[in-house]
Amino acid sequence: MAARGCGGVWCRVLQRGPGGSCSASRPRRAVACNARGGAVPLGQSGLAPWAAVVGLEIHAQITSNSKLFSGSQVQFAAPPNSLVSFFDASLPGTLPVLNRRCVEATVMTGLALNCTINKKSLFDRKHYFYADLPAGYQITQQRVPIAVNGSLSYSLCKDNKMSQMVTKTVRIKQIQLEQDSGKSLHDDARSQTLIDLNRAGVGLMEVVMEPDMCCGEEAAAAVRELQLILQTLGSSQAIMADYEIQRQIKELENGGTVLNETRAFDSKLGCTVPMRDKEGKQDYRFMPEPNLPPLILYDAKSLPANVNHQQVVNIDWIHERLPDLPSVKRAKLVELYGILPEHSFTLVNEDGLMDFFEDVVKQTQMKPKKVIGWILSDLLSHLKQHSLTAKESPISSFLLADLLNLLENGDISSSAAKQVFEELWKGEGKTPLEIVKEKQLELIQDQEELEQICQAVIDEREKEVMAIKGGNEKVINKLIGLVRKATRGRANPLLVKQILEKKLSE
Amino acid sequence: MKLECVPTVSELGSISILGQITNISAALKEGQVTPTELCQRCLALIRSTQFLNAYITVAEETALKQAEESEKRYRRGQPLGELDGIPIAVKDNFNTAGIETTCASNMLKGYISPYNATVVQKLLDGGAVLLGKTNLDEFAMGSGSTDGVFGPVRNPWSYSRQYKEKIVPRSDSEPENSNWVITGGSSGGSAAAVSAFTCFAALGSDTGGSTRNPAAHCGVVGLKPTYGLISRHGLIPLVNSMDVPGILTRCVDDAAVVLGSLAGHDPKDSTTVQDIFQPFALPSLTDVSKLSIGIPKEYHAPGLSSEILAVWSKAADLFKNAGAKVVEVSLPHTHYSIVCYHVLCTAEVASNMARFDGLEYGHRSDMNKSTESMYAATRREGFSDVVRGRILSGNYFLLKQNYEDYFVKAQKVRRLIANDFVKVFGSGVDILLTPTTLSDAVPYVEFIKEDNRTRSTQDDILTQAANMAGLPAVNVPTALSGRGLPIGLQFIGRSFQEKQLLTVAKWFEKQVQFPMIQLEEVKKHDNGVLQHQKSASFS
Repeated sequence: MAARGCGGVWCRVLQRGPGGSCSASRPRRAVACNARGGAVPLGQSGLAPWAAVVGLEIHAQITSNSKLFSGSQVQFAAPPNSLVSFFDASLPGTLPVLNRRCVEATVMTGLALNCTINKKSLFDRKHYFYADLPAGYQITQQRVPIAVNGSLSYSLCKDNKMSQMVTKTVRIKQIQLEQDSGKSLHDDARSQTLIDLNRAGVGLMEVVMEPDMCCGEEAAAAVRELQLILQTLGSSQAIMADYEIQRQIKELENGGTVLNETRAFDSKLGCTVPMRDKEGKQDYRFMPEPNLPPLILYDAKSLPANVNHQQVVNIDWIHERLPDLPSVKRAKLVELYGILPEHSFTLVNEDGLMDFFEDVVKQTQMKPKKVIGWILSDLLSHLKQHSLTAKESPISSFLLADLLNLLENGDISSSAAKQVFEELWKGEGKTPLEIVKEKQLELIQDQEELEQICQAVIDEREKEVMAIKGGNEKVINKLIGLVRKATRGRANPLLVKQILEKKLSE
Repeated sequence: MKLECVPTVSELGSISILGQITNISAALKEGQVTPTELCQRCLALIRSTQFLNAYITVAEETALKQAEESEKRYRRGQPLGELDGIPIAVKDNFNTAGIETTCASNMLKGYISPYNATVVQKLLDGGAVLLGKTNLDEFAMGSGSTDGVFGPVRNPWSYSRQYKEKIVPRSDSEPENSNWVITGGSSGGSAAAVSAFTCFAALGSDTGGSTRNPAAHCGVVGLKPTYGLISRHGLIPLVNSMDVPGILTRCVDDAAVVLGSLAGHDPKDSTTVQDIFQPFALPSLTDVSKLSIGIPKEYHAPGLSSEILAVWSKAADLFKNAGAKVVEVSLPHTHYSIVCYHVLCTAEVASNMARFDGLEYGHRSDMNKSTESMYAATRREGFSDVVRGRILSGNYFLLKQNYEDYFVKAQKVRRLIANDFVKVFGSGVDILLTPTTLSDAVPYVEFIKEDNRTRSTQDDILTQAANMAGLPAVNVPTALSGRGLPIGLQFIGRSFQEKQLLTVAKWFEKQVQFPMIQLEEVKKHDNGVLQHQKSASFS
């Protein structure tokens, strides 16, 4: 999970009470997470169950080298106030200059979320006094944002069963561009507030979702899908603070109420904390930003003839270059590899896992359907246990493919393969073959040797042989087990069974 | 050549510091005068006219250094252009790196900006010598240059022979110095600086008439270019959607020279136009018969002095007699302009002033009970009543419950006003001719009887519609009033048609032969042949 300021996303939850009105909270924090939560009664009776209504306003920090309206660098963990231009510090006489990259990232996101892109959008000033807001106002898009009327499809499992995925859609009301604020550090001991303006003016995309979700799980799934989309587009790193969603889920599940509040993420506590009391009813005194002309976007049709391409943003051009979105990737995985849809979700949703899987598939003769089992049950569980991503796996896709090839060739048994996997996980730099050799895990290929071992077991176990011959065929498993023991797992159980059956029927 | 003393009059030979930029520029090139001599001369004049209170800061040391650099360039035969070595002044609401920028406010007293406004940078890049920063109304909010923390600016014409001869002492009990008249504003310091010959050109700013109004009262040329032609980057804003850097000069040709060095796209100001600007020299019109001059009847406003009305009519006749087509036109929404301006201006002021909270720069109160109480005390101590009053009304207009009724309505009316001009220019009119002010400059003691808001409302009435519509407009000194004070007329042109506007203004300037100010202080510092010495031929 990311600390504040590092490619963060935050979302805002607004409460929708039985009255149905949404009240806005102060949308200023990055990586705090807010949802429009609330509940509406299902029936007339006071005892009727309440249905939660969740809408989200998600603030994603745009991946960009410089800030939204100034040339200052965007960088995490730089020394305080080292990334502050004259404009960021609101020196009198400075003017905003819109960052083209931030516009393109937002258009791209709008297209990926099936939005209508407004060919003309406007910027507004939103006023409030706060120490980390140097100008006394935030530049945002209140009246006409870049993108409107979109939708986001997401899936979640029903009753926590992976095999029962349901797909839902939430409407996207709008996506707007706005500035982030700076950071206030309160030193209670000395009753001082210290201001760091490094983040002041960093570009944010605010994605406003309609209250179409009915519970925290849905909200979490929608946010997760959005996060994947943003990461795929590269428009935001979207390292999500899931804490807030989880807190709200818990709160809702415990029957508590979700207050309309803005919460900040405390990286030390690992949770979100209430930021401040709502200062009563705020009037932001919105007005048009007079220093920025309307933002005009073009498509192939409206693009003026002799225009400098550096000066304009062409929606069609961006559309043509959209990468495969997560939903498309999943469909392709199912089609290409014949894996189950729910497995495609895990592959796409886990950071880097899909690439890992595809790399393994490329390097092994094992069928993808079998590879997926190793990826999901062995690799992923190990990764999760150690809080690693696929990219950080101590077993590379090459080594895993090597191991699976040994298994596929019948060189080792699957139980031996699991042993090798454990050894590989230690990351000692040995190849699967070396481990197999070292631990003498290879299957006995010599038929005669195997037949001799089987004969020895038969000879020793007169009682069991009689039982089998008397019709109790299950007892053969005991003999197979004995052969395995004798070979220390190096016998192919199928082969052993065949040999035993043949010998017993003689 | 190293100068160790102020040059004596004879050292300047026959070069008059009363001349225009193009002449001085030629003299500099020919070595008849050096930039340092010019600079010294202007600095001396600034000292001897200190009582005008035109300058807040005189940057003597840096100015002399800049002059020295300029001199080196001339010696190498590589001057940077027509402005190289020309002494100029800049209104104290433009940021100047290393030189205090105060906006005549306690809020910014002692504030030294780390950067130059684009227009300042362009002037310096052109080799101009920056003498200092000129006085204004606090944050340019006013029309008298009387409401700044450094005190009022006095109109040089108050001390002219022309005024002194005409003025009848009101009563024996009143001290003589109560007769001095205001400069108009808010760029009164710049207008006075040019009028008293302390510099060859000055930058003002023009939001509702702040360049043209003092230009009219001080008898100088005041150009408000088209919105978007000149960068506002570094101009501390009053109303972003109307502010334009203004140019104050001794003659129309000089205004064109300065405009040429300032105009053009600035990547730091997104509201400047992308089109490449071609600097121009003004042709001398001989034939005005193809011109159509519009006389907007609404500018015959209540309170217009009969004297100004007469000058206006005479000017119209002058065009007519020279063969131009002179037509009465109507700009029907002019009446609503001033209230509309008031709403839009205060709303933007409320917003723009929000940044002055004492945290990053400027005045900070000692009050430290809480952040909020620090803000409140800082703003109470830093801003005058006028500024606070505008912030208060602006915030009222922007409240959610009032926004539609005031701000949105004002914007709609603004569009109607702009459309009035579009229609008139669409009907074939080339240039509009109007008065710039309702009367000549009033004595300070009279002026302060009314409050700032009332004064601004009256004084901006003829000028601010051009700001609402973003059009270029220029004040041309036309005649002296019965009291011996300047009267100016305003020409309003089509968007981005500065060349046409100034060409007509130049023709008019030549016809009216506005008299030169007769100032003791100036005479002392100039031995050159006084130009335009003829007495007024047009009054």
